[in-house]
Amino acid sequence: MTTDTTTSEGRAAGGWDWNWIDFAERFGLVIAWAALIAVFGAIAPNTFLTWPNFSTIFGSQAVLVVVTLGIIIPLTAGDFDVSIANVMTLSSMIAGVLNVQYQVPIGWAILAAIGAGVLVGFVNGFFITVFRIHSLIVTLGTGTFVHGVTLWISDSMTISGISMNLVKYVMIERLFGIPLAFYYAVAVCAAIYYVFEFTAVGRRILFVGRGREVARLSGIRVNRVRWGCLMASSFLGATAGVMYAGTTGAADPVSGLSYMLPAFAAAFLGATSVIPGRFNPLGAMLAVYFLVTGITGLTMLGISTFVHELFYGGALVIAVTLSQLVSGRQERF
Amino acid sequence: MHHPAPGAADRAPPADSTPPALRLTGLSKHFGGERALTGVDLDVSAGEVHGLLGQNGSGKSTLIKILAGYHAPEPGAELYLHGRRMRLPAPPGGFRDHGIAFVHQDLGLIPSLTVVENLFIGELASRPRWLISWRRERERAARLFAEYGLPIDPGAVVGDLSPVQRALLAIVRAVNDLKSATGKGGEAGLLVLDEPTPFLPENDVHQLFALVRGIVADGAGVIFVSHDVDEVIEITDRATVLRDGRVAGTLVTAEATARDFVEMIVGRQLDGQAPVHRNASQGAMDVRIDGLSGGAVDDVSIALHGGEIVGLTGLIGSGYDEIPYLVYGARPVGSGRLSLKGRALDISGLDPARAVAAGMVLIPGDRQNAGAVGSLNVADNMTIPVLHTLYNPWALNRSGMRRRTGALGAAFEVRPNAPALPFEALSGGNQQKALLAKWFQTEPALILLDEPTQGVDVGARQTVYKAIDESVRGGAAVLCASSDYEQLAAICDRVLVFSRGRVIGELTGDDVNKDTIAEHCYRSVGGVLERQEGSMRA
Repeated sequence: MTTDTTTSEGRAAGGWDWNWIDFAERFGLVIAWAALIAVFGAIAPNTFLTWPNFSTIFGSQAVLVVVTLGIIIPLTAGDFDVSIANVMTLSSMIAGVLNVQYQVPIGWAILAAIGAGVLVGFVNGFFITVFRIHSLIVTLGTGTFVHGVTLWISDSMTISGISMNLVKYVMIERLFGIPLAFYYAVAVCAAIYYVFEFTAVGRRILFVGRGREVARLSGIRVNRVRWGCLMASSFLGATAGVMYAGTTGAADPVSGLSYMLPAFAAAFLGATSVIPGRFNPLGAMLAVYFLVTGITGLTMLGISTFVHELFYGGALVIAVTLSQLVSGRQERF
Repeated sequence: MHHPAPGAADRAPPADSTPPALRLTGLSKHFGGERALTGVDLDVSAGEVHGLLGQNGSGKSTLIKILAGYHAPEPGAELYLHGRRMRLPAPPGGFRDHGIAFVHQDLGLIPSLTVVENLFIGELASRPRWLISWRRERERAARLFAEYGLPIDPGAVVGDLSPVQRALLAIVRAVNDLKSATGKGGEAGLLVLDEPTPFLPENDVHQLFALVRGIVADGAGVIFVSHDVDEVIEITDRATVLRDGRVAGTLVTAEATARDFVEMIVGRQLDGQAPVHRNASQGAMDVRIDGLSGGAVDDVSIALHGGEIVGLTGLIGSGYDEIPYLVYGARPVGSGRLSLKGRALDISGLDPARAVAAGMVLIPGDRQNAGAVGSLNVADNMTIPVLHTLYNPWALNRSGMRRRTGALGAAFEVRPNAPALPFEALSGGNQQKALLAKWFQTEPALILLDEPTQGVDVGARQTVYKAIDESVRGGAAVLCASSDYEQLAAICDRVLVFSRGRVIGELTGDDVNKDTIAEHCYRSVGGVLERQEGSMRA
């Protein structure tokens, strides 16, 4: 089968021979997204197909984009970080509690929130690499622990009244009509794309994820790479937490947890497109907006909120199935 | 050449009146066009320990697998167990119900369970019982161990047992299974021991042999598969040697010498050939490994010149194949020092990253899992050790990576030379060339090879040899672990033969040839080697 051995790279180097299957695979998600918008647009042109609706989606879901981008870093290195949504909630809560209850200036509060997040990543990496415990187990445990800390410091209450300066630079200020939060997510996406595709560190992460023994015998410090990836994902989780606080102007001890499943669904769905077979930031970002568009459309049609669970749960399983099929058939460059 | 004289040896098989435990005639097996076995006959008497010897690829394991029911033989073969004709092919799982039991090299024990659980696992799995009385099972196990005089605690966890206790347990379990299978028939069955000893220290082997003697005293037959001629001499009554899928001969052990066996295994008289071989270079040793211990390796010291290729070989379990990984810091090392390019390093503090930094490279034998990532492309795999040299100011130079890979591919004759191809699309030989290219571009001082031509076709072998040779001309020292004697003879200046974790022989000059290497491996237990050495010179 020629598709097995012809890669995008090879084609770029040796002349462009058009391949519909390959094209459909790379940009299938964009096409599906466009189709989804067309369908909902046709059904509800006056509510769904409006600029305010889309600018809200782009802005408010930037938090989910950053969480998803955080997840794909350890996933590329072969580790799961299921504590990231808890880290996000903790981070928004620390920022909220310090800023609102202790009147700490918002800048310092943000720094403390992100510091706490990175610390969780450090602990994750410690248990995963030093004691060789599966990442799923460790992060499940630390995530629950962190959630407990969040409930403790907040008394299980929502903290509102966070500095308007934060809200201003996340949600109120707009560029081309879209809240700044969206551009932060784009910046994170670009940074990860650069590291994954154009640095030696990115290649090393990929080798650690694909063949740990190969990486080790090639002189790559596998543990250091995995540890670093886990700290990076926690850092982005904490960053998402700060953005969440800025989006809503409040810190909520539980609602962040609902980001977990959508983020994993988007990470795996994103791995089926743009660079099929590989966790990639652009695919992940596209996948988030594809899923959120679907949810928003269904909600606008008046279907109640249980559809979130149906949609995200189904999407996760289907996305993983698709990515298995893709990686079985396609070379992964 | 040899004289399998039937005679009045004190351990000769019993008279013909009792049917043999096993009689196998006209056994052949082809795999595609390859003939693995051709017309093999084998007789194992009741109450006899019968050795089965042969080099890798001689057909031993195919024969065992046919008995176990993994392979169906070609039509025409006949098999009798204690005089009863059995239908071939064997049912899957072999003739377990008719009284053949196997102990394979991996022993098939579950380390996290207790001795009793492991001992009766077969019965417990197959017999429908509502309640297991563990107390009664423990007593039964204790009686069984007492019967054979074995100091094993039935309640112990198998993972805590010593290696020899585990081997003993596996054998007792097989015997117990035999008894429960053949109890009604009255015959004692046949036990196949498929290389149970290679990882055992010499003293422990004697314990195991005592057990085997006890088993045949009850009238069972035992097939003892081994690489080790000394062990075969010590334990067996007779032994059959396979060579190239045929029976090379059957010797009555008491009347044969180690040399008779080795001659039969290798397939020629031991003296009288002298192929030309280059001499080892002279001068100071550039690479020194001192007192290396770890895994099966026990206090080994090796010194090499720059520009020298030293082969490491031995039988399975002798530790030679662990040396490259230990020196590279890829496996836990007890102790050891390395001096490389005038720098002294503590091997126990080494890891692969430090080893690479010190100027070492390792090309592992397991290309699929340790050598390269098949799903990533050739350029990614080949450039991973040198990525830091492939930067534009701020980003990886992707076209530079492809150019570098293309140039290396051309130099090392990788075909097709396509940097964007997934690595797994290359043939075994071309994968190996690409891996040599991956590492040799770093201009290492010490090259560690593990089975460098395994799964490499004949054409590609020449390229691999040439690449290694060129690297050596550039001053690198090479340690090459291999069980392919022909390959060792083709590239090595010296060959070190290992046994039980130590170097027991060093072959240089004209002795570096396929047959001499094979001989030394098969007589690898020290005493025998020296005796033979003496008698050969005489």
